[in-house]
Amino acid sequence: MTKGILINYEFCTGCHSCEVACKKELGLDFGEFGIKLEQVGPYKYQTGDLSEKWEWTYLPVLTKACTMCEDRVKTGKMPACVQHCQAWCMYFGDVEDLARKIDGSSRCALMTGAVTS
Amino acid sequence: MLFNYQEFLDGINRDAYHEGEWQWEEDGYTVTRTYTYSAPGCHDSCGVLMYTKNGKLERVEGDPLDPCANGRLCMRCLNLPEGVNYEQRPKHPMKRAGKRGENKWTEISWEEALETIATWIRVNIDEAGLGRESIFVNHGTGRNISSWVPFLGGACLGTPNIGAIGFSGYSCYLPRTCGTAAGIGDFPIVDASETHEDRYNNPEWLPPEVIVIWGCEPLKSNADGFLGHWLNVCLQMGSKLVVIDPQLTWLGAKADFWLPLRPGTDLALALAWLNVITTEELEDKEFIELWCAYYDELKEHVAQFTPEWAAEICQIDAELIRKSARFYAKASRGAIQWGLAFDTQVDSIQLCQTVSNLMSVCGNIDKPGTNILVRNGFEINPGYATAQLYCPEETFAKKLTVDLVHPNCVQFIGMADCDAVNRAFESGRPYPIKMFWSQGSNGITCSATASGRVFKMLQNIEFCVVADPYLTPTAVAFADIFLPLKTTAERDSMRVWWTPLRAMKGVSEWYDAKSDEELVIALGLKLNPELFQKRWPTMDALKQDYLDTGFNIYDEQTGKSYRSAGRSKAGRIEVADAHTNYYHKHKDNGDGTYDNLVQRGGYEYDDFCATYRKYEKGMLRPDGSPGFATPTGRIELVPFITFGAWGIEPYATHRESISATRWLNDAEYKAKYPFICINGTRSYEFFHSENRQQKTMREFHPWPLVKVSSQTAKEYGISDGDWLWLENSEGRCRQKAVIDPTLNPNYVHAEHGWWFPEAKPEFPHLFDSFECNINNLTHSYETGPGGIGNPLKSICCRIYKCTKENMSPTPGEVITKLNGYRNNFIACEPFARDLAYDSTCNINKDVIKDTPLADVFGDGSSLDTIYGNKKGE
Ligand code: SF4
Ligand code: SF4
Ligand code: SF4
Repeated sequence: MTKGILINYEFCTGCHSCEVACKKELGLDFGEFGIKLEQVGPYKYQTGDLSEKWEWTYLPVLTKACTMCEDRVKTGKMPACVQHCQAWCMYFGDVEDLARKIDGSSRCALMTGAVTS
Repeated sequence: MLFNYQEFLDGINRDAYHEGEWQWEEDGYTVTRTYTYSAPGCHDSCGVLMYTKNGKLERVEGDPLDPCANGRLCMRCLNLPEGVNYEQRPKHPMKRAGKRGENKWTEISWEEALETIATWIRVNIDEAGLGRESIFVNHGTGRNISSWVPFLGGACLGTPNIGAIGFSGYSCYLPRTCGTAAGIGDFPIVDASETHEDRYNNPEWLPPEVIVIWGCEPLKSNADGFLGHWLNVCLQMGSKLVVIDPQLTWLGAKADFWLPLRPGTDLALALAWLNVITTEELEDKEFIELWCAYYDELKEHVAQFTPEWAAEICQIDAELIRKSARFYAKASRGAIQWGLAFDTQVDSIQLCQTVSNLMSVCGNIDKPGTNILVRNGFEINPGYATAQLYCPEETFAKKLTVDLVHPNCVQFIGMADCDAVNRAFESGRPYPIKMFWSQGSNGITCSATASGRVFKMLQNIEFCVVADPYLTPTAVAFADIFLPLKTTAERDSMRVWWTPLRAMKGVSEWYDAKSDEELVIALGLKLNPELFQKRWPTMDALKQDYLDTGFNIYDEQTGKSYRSAGRSKAGRIEVADAHTNYYHKHKDNGDGTYDNLVQRGGYEYDDFCATYRKYEKGMLRPDGSPGFATPTGRIELVPFITFGAWGIEPYATHRESISATRWLNDAEYKAKYPFICINGTRSYEFFHSENRQQKTMREFHPWPLVKVSSQTAKEYGISDGDWLWLENSEGRCRQKAVIDPTLNPNYVHAEHGWWFPEAKPEFPHLFDSFECNINNLTHSYETGPGGIGNPLKSICCRIYKCTKENMSPTPGEVITKLNGYRNNFIACEPFARDLAYDSTCNINKDVIKDTPLADVFGDGSSLDTIYGNKKGE
């Protein structure tokens, strides 16, 4: 079953905890990441229904280095990024189960690594 | 709805996280389940699993079984090992070998250090006929204030003069605690379920319907014992936001209403909100009828403060004020999260009182999902009370109080008045300060307003002891004796700040360092042996007494109990029982020790904080009757009695600071200093001046950043990453530009607390501490009613780009070698009397050798050189 990480990024605050937790877990050097935060905004929409509303979105992206915390997960623990996510917006599991969690109530992204088990 | 607390709890593999164990072996590591509490860290204590090997901290993880943080950690605790194991961290006590500022030290033993201190005090204070009041004891924030440093000051050194250095107007937290104590009698915090062990599952708890985030960025600051991300859970459970902040934050972008008010005008807005609520009759009539006093007087007073009136002052739209006020008032559960900005304005004390009125008139007090009233867990209340209790009464009577500098004010705060302390240093009146003890505080880098002025006044101190985990700029500049302190990873301690009570268990070793607690004992046994032999001869005795009495007095021979006479009074009063609720809860089972607490998992919630509607249940008043802990037993919406006693006008009115008044009314001044400089907003990487040694934190946040608007960037030709000078009449500093398209073009925002542990320590560099210090531009002695609140977050300045030609003299050179930016300071006056500092005048440039600064024009890549990183291989 393919494992994945679901990010309810509507609520990602850009706190960097996932990035640092992962760096520690994988022992990555300066400038290297297993998960890296990306940012959109802030800007104010001028057009359409969203006119006068703000955009400010964070989304962390899994890199090639991500192992889905395979060793860690085997011991029954959560992936380091998921365990430490301050906004409580990351979930780990089988992709089918995670996909079922997505209920359209907020913006979500489902990511997988290349590791299956 | 994705957030489901029960699902989270059910999903934890409890064996994998060793439920029920506090210490175990795992993959060659010893793992300890405990809590952290700075240094380094913050105001909070998150549950952690510390991984150690051979006495060294190797790894820190969050503990998913901890109900406070649920395993979620911010990057600071995740990176704790880098701070704890920082190679240049001092290992032994040291005495100064060269001149001050040369950074030459000789390592000495603790015995020699303590003996030197004791001898110096005996010869130069006691035998010289001076009193111990001529010792000033300085603490930082977090771990130190709540328990240890005031206790050390009073019980070991015998001085009443304890507090922040150069921090005019007690501009942190005290205004909020006192402003609410005046009207409500207790302290309100947002109810994000944090008082319940079962948290979001608690059957009584409901998330706030509307949360007002006012003058803070709680996600980053985690201030005052409140973990900001708890609010994020509330958002996921449906809470809506109003954000009141001159700058757009991520929370502001999510809010239904963002009110970007002009810095320092929060009271005008609060009065207008009250105006809307009272005139539109949105108040909670039943709550007011039953529990409040002076509503009619308040309503009549705020009738003049219309949204249109406030709109002009705050420079926001009147309709926005109306709509947002209704949004809060109509919520069935409204909660206000307030921040440091409340304490850094000249109408601070009235602002705090007025915003607590907003909570009260809307009935948002002590109900689920509102602002709940909290006290320290189990009534364990050390801190300033202990300084009062153990400092001899005749010495305490000489405490430096607010009336010495602000004649109509009355001292009602435990801390020595910061401006009275400034004046004693600067003028020797009413007596000179001979000795400076600084513990866990890096004043000249961080909290001291008018940093150059504070440097000048500390320069001539006769004797200085700095105790800290790190060799700070403050230590290099002044210390005669340096005492190495333990970090949170090494110390055995406890904390109460609301709830739960938490234990920190030391897991690693650091050479000769002592914890704050061990230092209290060592110094106490040396200087006050009679008391310490009797009460606190060992760490075990100290820890037990913390839990049993909170350092109050229980006399076993007579069976009598005493506690301190009051927040700012000397001596003790007899009480029925000095024991804490913790003592009573555990005495029969005999399981009330520190070790028991550690082994139970390190935390214990108390019932008081977890109980709603305490005012109905007679839990707030000493006599056990329903009501509030105020003179009338009701919430006093106009605090005639308490503010009256404190010499503060009970009816709130907005006032502007000196600089704001000039900026608004004096075109010439505004042309010279066109920007309002907001400052001190937190970042995820740092807690005040901490964490700058840590490679990972600097990877994410290498340089101090000044935000400028897109319009300003265009006008001044500024690109992201350009170094900018910020300058006003008091001095200048430089930071790196970051263009913020959402920022009001009239404002800039600068960071605080920067120093560069990788830079040169000796004068004039001081780890480049003054180069980027925004407090080079702030001033002291300007405060508002009650002597409370300095407008340090809303100063005025101009900006210009750093060029090779305008780098010299550097702020460090000016402050440490050239007698400072300003020469003619008169004690008690905020601004110097000489010509205002101007980069083009007044400083004799010939005497300065051009000192090239590391990385002035760098882009950050040179950090790799600093840390010896190899990249791109
Ligand atoms: S799952 Fe593990 S390896 Fe992948 S990003 Fe998260 S912490 Fe890094
Ligand atoms: S830890 Fe969570 S909230 Fe923080 S940046 Fe990562 S995904 Fe976002
Ligand atoms: S620094 Fe962060 S993780 Fe550590 S105690 Fe504070 S909030 Fe918690």
